[in-house]
Amino acid sequence: MSSRTQPAALPPSGLPGLDPFWSRLVTAVDSEGVERTWHVLDNGVEDAEITLLCVHGNPTWSYLWRKLLSGAPSGVRVVAVDHLDMGYSERTGTLRRMQQRIDDLAVAADALDIRGPVVIVAHDWGGPISLGWAAGHREQLAGIVLMNTAVHQPAGSPAPTLIRMARSKSVLGPLSVRTSGFLKGTLRLTSNRPSRPVREAYLAPYQSAARRPAIGAFVADIPLEEDHPSRPALSMVTEALNEMTDVPTLLLWGSADPVFSDLYLRDLQSRLPQAEAHRFAKASHLLPEDVDIASPIFEWLSGFDTDPDPGGVRTDRPSMWAAIERRRHDPEPAVAEMDGTEVTRSVSFAELADDVGKTARGLSASGVRRGDRVALLVPPGIDLTVCLYACWRMGAVVVVVDAGLGAGGMTRALKSAAPDYVIGINKALAAARSMRWPGKRIAVEPLGRSRRGALGVWASLDEIKNRGADVAEPPEPDADDAALVVFTSGATGPAKGVTYRHHQAQANRDALAEVYDIGPDDRLVAAFGPFALYGPALGITSVVPDMEVTSPGTLTATALAGAAAAVDATMVFASPAALKNVVATAGDLTPALRSALGKTRKLMSAGAPVPAELLREVARLVPNADLHTPYGMTEVLPVADITLRELEEVGIGDGVCVGFPAPGVEIAISALDGDGAATGDLVNAANVVGEVCIKAPHAKDEYDRLWITQHASAEPGGWHRSGDVGHLDDTGRLWIEGRLFHIMKTAHGIVTPVAIEHAVEALPGVGMAAAVGVGPAGTQQVVVAAVPDEPVRRPRVADAELAATVRRAVAVDVAAVLLVPELPVDKRHNSKIDRTRVAEWAERVLAGGRVGRI
Amino acid sequence: MRVLVTGATSLLGESVAERLRARGDVVRTFQRSQGPPGFDQFLGDVADPAAVTSAMAGVDAVIHIAARVGVTGSWDEFEKSNIDGTANLLAAARAEQVGRFVHISSPSVAHHGEPLVGAGAGPADPDKARGHYARSKAHAELLALRDSSESFPVLVLRPHLIWGPGDTQLIGRIVSRAREGRLATVGSGAALIDTTYISNATDAVVAGLDKAPELEGRVLVVTNGQPRPVSELIERIVRAAGLEPPAVKVPYRVARIGGLAVEKMWDRVEREDDPPMTSFLAEQLATAHWFDQRETRQALAWEPAVTLEEGFTRLEEWFAQRT
Repeated sequence: MSSRTQPAALPPSGLPGLDPFWSRLVTAVDSEGVERTWHVLDNGVEDAEITLLCVHGNPTWSYLWRKLLSGAPSGVRVVAVDHLDMGYSERTGTLRRMQQRIDDLAVAADALDIRGPVVIVAHDWGGPISLGWAAGHREQLAGIVLMNTAVHQPAGSPAPTLIRMARSKSVLGPLSVRTSGFLKGTLRLTSNRPSRPVREAYLAPYQSAARRPAIGAFVADIPLEEDHPSRPALSMVTEALNEMTDVPTLLLWGSADPVFSDLYLRDLQSRLPQAEAHRFAKASHLLPEDVDIASPIFEWLSGFDTDPDPGGVRTDRPSMWAAIERRRHDPEPAVAEMDGTEVTRSVSFAELADDVGKTARGLSASGVRRGDRVALLVPPGIDLTVCLYACWRMGAVVVVVDAGLGAGGMTRALKSAAPDYVIGINKALAAARSMRWPGKRIAVEPLGRSRRGALGVWASLDEIKNRGADVAEPPEPDADDAALVVFTSGATGPAKGVTYRHHQAQANRDALAEVYDIGPDDRLVAAFGPFALYGPALGITSVVPDMEVTSPGTLTATALAGAAAAVDATMVFASPAALKNVVATAGDLTPALRSALGKTRKLMSAGAPVPAELLREVARLVPNADLHTPYGMTEVLPVADITLRELEEVGIGDGVCVGFPAPGVEIAISALDGDGAATGDLVNAANVVGEVCIKAPHAKDEYDRLWITQHASAEPGGWHRSGDVGHLDDTGRLWIEGRLFHIMKTAHGIVTPVAIEHAVEALPGVGMAAAVGVGPAGTQQVVVAAVPDEPVRRPRVADAELAATVRRAVAVDVAAVLLVPELPVDKRHNSKIDRTRVAEWAERVLAGGRVGRI
Repeated sequence: MRVLVTGATSLLGESVAERLRARGDVVRTFQRSQGPPGFDQFLGDVADPAAVTSAMAGVDAVIHIAARVGVTGSWDEFEKSNIDGTANLLAAARAEQVGRFVHISSPSVAHHGEPLVGAGAGPADPDKARGHYARSKAHAELLALRDSSESFPVLVLRPHLIWGPGDTQLIGRIVSRAREGRLATVGSGAALIDTTYISNATDAVVAGLDKAPELEGRVLVVTNGQPRPVSELIERIVRAAGLEPPAVKVPYRVARIGGLAVEKMWDRVEREDDPPMTSFLAEQLATAHWFDQRETRQALAWEPAVTLEEGFTRLEEWFAQRT
């Protein structure tokens, strides 16, 4: 074997994506007075406004950053340095520890004559090294971008098993130096395996053991132990982060990374609370190979010059628990639970105030901190109410995960929200254990010692309440503190976490009170999840009817009326699926129950579009009630509201009319361009078709750890792009025509699905219908898939007569009418059609492919 | 304009000749047998250079529609009519310094058997085109484009599945098969197929004639832009003739393999009539064939005036008058 030193060299030509023009060698004297030569990539922009200093980890090289060099906008210099003994830099024959590497980076950066503001971009062990450089160059530091890295082993967490394994003496030498196993193993830490030429490019500078000593040295230099020689350097970096909480920071994370898991993302977020974070749920360690990192980084950089949204003047509002506090001596019932028509459990406002107080103090005394996330896996009812308001009162952030997402969906949601604690019923805790959901487990139900052990329970709710009996009140959170993480239904992709701060939750409560004129004398039957929570905040009695939470279609007329009778209800909130079954079972109602429903003055049907026909049938059961349908979404609700009477007045048009904007809500439309993208400026002119954009004090704070999604949804700042397509009519009412993803791009322009679907669903013999486009964008054909009243066993082409009937009912040319046994719908509402899936299926079938199932 | 129309006994040829005459052009027709009345008529075969040369005398423009079609016959016959015939016309037209040449081709010249979903006009490829007809038309189209120049502008139009009252090809064959109980749905019957109603095709050809100089060397697919599932098309055609649609469904694989066997047998016994199924036909009936019409409509400044629905109503009326 040759000597242990080798000079730096230029990479061979022909490595995919690497422009030879970027490569150069830079020579400078290191901190020990020895001349060293680095290989660097440098796009050579002169008079740069800003420079990205990119630092790779182990065992990669600057090739990792090629897409940042190729994608850089004008005025942005991108420099990527190969560490000494790595990539194509010099093989020094020395052992270089972390502090030395930090010094080396500074020497190389100086030699590169980097002037003006610098953003460090780092991956893996490039993280601490670049942060070490940043700590010494605060005057130049303009921003931090980190990917799958660490500056600290979070307390109590085992060091990543892979690193420990790689470091064990028997493995270290053979795996990382003598063979290219460690190198190839790293290249496998991707969810989309790079192509062979790209993999070979990563391996190119490490072809022989003589080229690889630093790979082993790097692993050995990870200071897992307190007395490790590099421990002080890492501690310096960790401490320096305390001084960097004002530096714009972007954390991009591959959450499928077995080495630097979400745990390390959380650690960095806690140290750099100003950081924007985007978590790629399916991407792995070698993030720049798994996803496009260049676009979000440059998009983030482009926001450096823009002023943050000034925001409106915020109204001071009572806290979420203020109404409970106010009624703390009131013996009136606050929350009741039902079994059929019987009240099984009930608490007064006085009892609720007492319980919430004890639980809040107990959580605090048990070590739950302000800002900690607590997932509540408890069905609507008294226990959920107590936990929710207790968490809010003591400053914990509540994570609400809908059991309707299913086990897989709940797992993804909980991994993304990463709660510190999970409060759950036993069934939920069992799932938490078997599916490894994060968070210490708190049991709501009483349970014996062995079961407690089996579920891995950290504490019971009763114990927590007992601890709270005689301790001091925890301080109240601020209105700006985070309050809530909820999840989208996942009807159009994986469920996304959505965060609300206290002031936004308060505004949400007040918007509901205003739109529905909710007063202190109202009593609410809450058969729709989100509103089951708000009764106590509104200061009114609420009752959850007897139903299977995950399946709203199980609500019977008797159960609904029984709940109404139990509290002498004035208002009902229910989902369309629940109301459908209520109408279907109305024959079972006794005269007494019928009269209980007759006292309802308002009924709100929320969660999905409601057919007017269903509302008319419901109206017969609640003859004295105004029927309302709010329009909104997980990110902001309510946006608009319409009554059945208005709905009948306006009739059918291009889409579904959802009414006037709710108080405090601004609606604007971003017009669609020829490609169907919503690129238009926000306007509130009538009859402009485009994406519905919303501004409201009760809108979401942001998508949780999804910076890219958040950034795209909040453009321009302060607005929420809903992804719905619609228009405002001459009176200012909003009409919804479909989802932006679902518009059809035909040769005659953009076609939206909802109006077509309504026209088809109104035909005799047809139930649900979906309108989708097939073919290339710009020349798509419109296809209707319909579920006939007379069921078909498998999908087939409709006969010519029905097809002709459909075409006469619809304003655009319909290429094909397909009859299907069923259409895919979302789990939560059982009514939002997954048109993307229908379109993919139709595309295949109409090309002559296998019919199969949707 | 003095226009030579070849193949004037075909549905499209006759329709184009009549449309041109109606608007005041001087039309000469050229075909093998007696053509529609009222035209300056030259009888002859396009494969005969002398006949072609004499027909070309004094014309300003050519619309070349004549072609051997169908799924039976030897390669030599297709080559003679479609390749040699086109070469003769091109040579005579250039010699006569004809000012424009509209060559009627077929989307099949660029089709290799894959589904065509919103497809554009791909390059003609004789090596990959399926069957004698498509291959010979691919050669012919390449010849036409090779000869195209500013002084001799050639425009290629590829209408897809022209039909209408009086059509003996698509409509005639489907209806006669249905009468004989020999019609079956191949595969799911869901494959989307583009067709062209005759008067729309005629309008497009006339628009192409007028714009040929500015569209020199272009290739445009022409359809109604209203694809339909193949089973629905067949049902509409059959019902227009007052018959019931086929109840028999044949899986695609069965039809294709059966078609291959039938082709071999037809070849061996040298039958001239249409076989009940060919592998090409099975493929045609079971894969999507529809096209992006944006470029065509913009280039020709043409829109189909008759919708498929209107077309089927006319077809129904036509069948009703005949009985």
